[in-house]
Amino acid sequence: MSVNEQVLRYPIPADAALDPPAEWAELRGKCPVAHVKLPSGDAATLLTRYADVKEVLADPRFTRQLTAPDAARLTAEGGGVFSSEMATIIPDGGEEHQHWRRLVGKWFTAKRMSALRPSMARIAEDLVDEMVAGGAPGDLKASLGFPLPVYVICDMLGVPAEDRDRFSYWSDTLLNLTRYGKEEIEAAQAAFFQYMSDLLAGKRAEPGDDLLSELIAAGGPEEGGLSDLQILVTGMGLLVAGHETTANMIGKMVSMLLAERGRWESLLADPKLIRTAVEETLRLDANSGFGLPRYLREETEVSGTVLPRGTTVVCSMAAANRDESAFEAAAEMDLTRSPNPHLAFGAGAHSCLGQALARTELQVVLEVLLRKLPTLELAVPVEELERVEGLAVGGLRTVPVRW
Amino acid sequence: MKIIIDEDKCCGAGQCVLIAPEVFDQRDDDGIAVLLQAEPDAGQHDAVREAAAVCPGAAIELSD
Repeated sequence: MSVNEQVLRYPIPADAALDPPAEWAELRGKCPVAHVKLPSGDAATLLTRYADVKEVLADPRFTRQLTAPDAARLTAEGGGVFSSEMATIIPDGGEEHQHWRRLVGKWFTAKRMSALRPSMARIAEDLVDEMVAGGAPGDLKASLGFPLPVYVICDMLGVPAEDRDRFSYWSDTLLNLTRYGKEEIEAAQAAFFQYMSDLLAGKRAEPGDDLLSELIAAGGPEEGGLSDLQILVTGMGLLVAGHETTANMIGKMVSMLLAERGRWESLLADPKLIRTAVEETLRLDANSGFGLPRYLREETEVSGTVLPRGTTVVCSMAAANRDESAFEAAAEMDLTRSPNPHLAFGAGAHSCLGQALARTELQVVLEVLLRKLPTLELAVPVEELERVEGLAVGGLRTVPVRW
Repeated sequence: MKIIIDEDKCCGAGQCVLIAPEVFDQRDDDGIAVLLQAEPDAGQHDAVREAAAVCPGAAIELSD
């Protein structure tokens, strides 16, 4: 049946862990502004072309106000991270958003991230040593992918890494759109809120050398800083964002590069390709998660289709990243691709705040693995890799490897 | 080649600095991109074009 003749369910299921569903190409070609039905049963409009996704993500008329009464609910339980109260406390647009973005963004500059490289590499090396000591096969996701970004973001925020199991769970209740019930999500958010609130009280009494202490030291809104509640929500947001996103991407990146031996061999032969290889795996990540939902406050047009006010739009960056009109040989992995203006981190004023951090972590992990475990390979056929279902951010269940 | 940065559009992603660190930097107090070379040497032109092409805020304008 053609995609035009039915209302597609979204997310679209994919058969293979690393490959895109066939519907993406069909949608981009014939139905770039598609009606879809979300897990909640509510209707939304799915965008899959590169030009449309890029334009909408950068257009302030497409807001992040998924809490609006007529916005589509992503799931019957709500929308997790996208429509939590948290999302309404950080200014959504205009000068206020820009102010927040710059206050926090200065902690994530490329220079600061480069300065973290040596400590990231040490953490990665220790984690690889531990995995090797445990014997093959190991799970690269649990041994390296998950712990590394958590240690790094905890250190930046001044949050004790030994509490990571707790916020790993809180983070999952926010990012998993289908696994948890409403009560469980609310209880987890309340516990997370209390945890962060206690942590900040401790930092007010005894400031540390970390991002949250510095945000407190910047003073309240009247002194050009953030309100107490904004600092708290910023801390929660950064902890969640710095958690599952890069953690899952490490496993997916390594799996994609090991899926064909020639890719790994090219990187071993020329480690200068690490930077462009990381970008190419970000572009080709077919399991990047839900995409970004936006709520339209006024009637507008996308690709010649009129979208009425109140429409909820879902931007599929992963589908857009495979658009042949934007990328030559879009379906092919080219480790030298440059420029690579993929949309994995979004676009415009809201594009990922932590992208320099994520890029640096991915580059460091790859550099350390190539250096320490040149014989690394998947311990299962690539067809046996399994996706984690229901996450706002996609990932693989495990990444079994040997060396 | 001349480079202009539109500070309003800059979202501080740092891609330009990662790609062409001799040409771009970010201010310490807000993460906004600044130019170290407004008219970069020929050897930097490819990197600068790449930085402009991938800037998520489309904040880098190039002219001849």
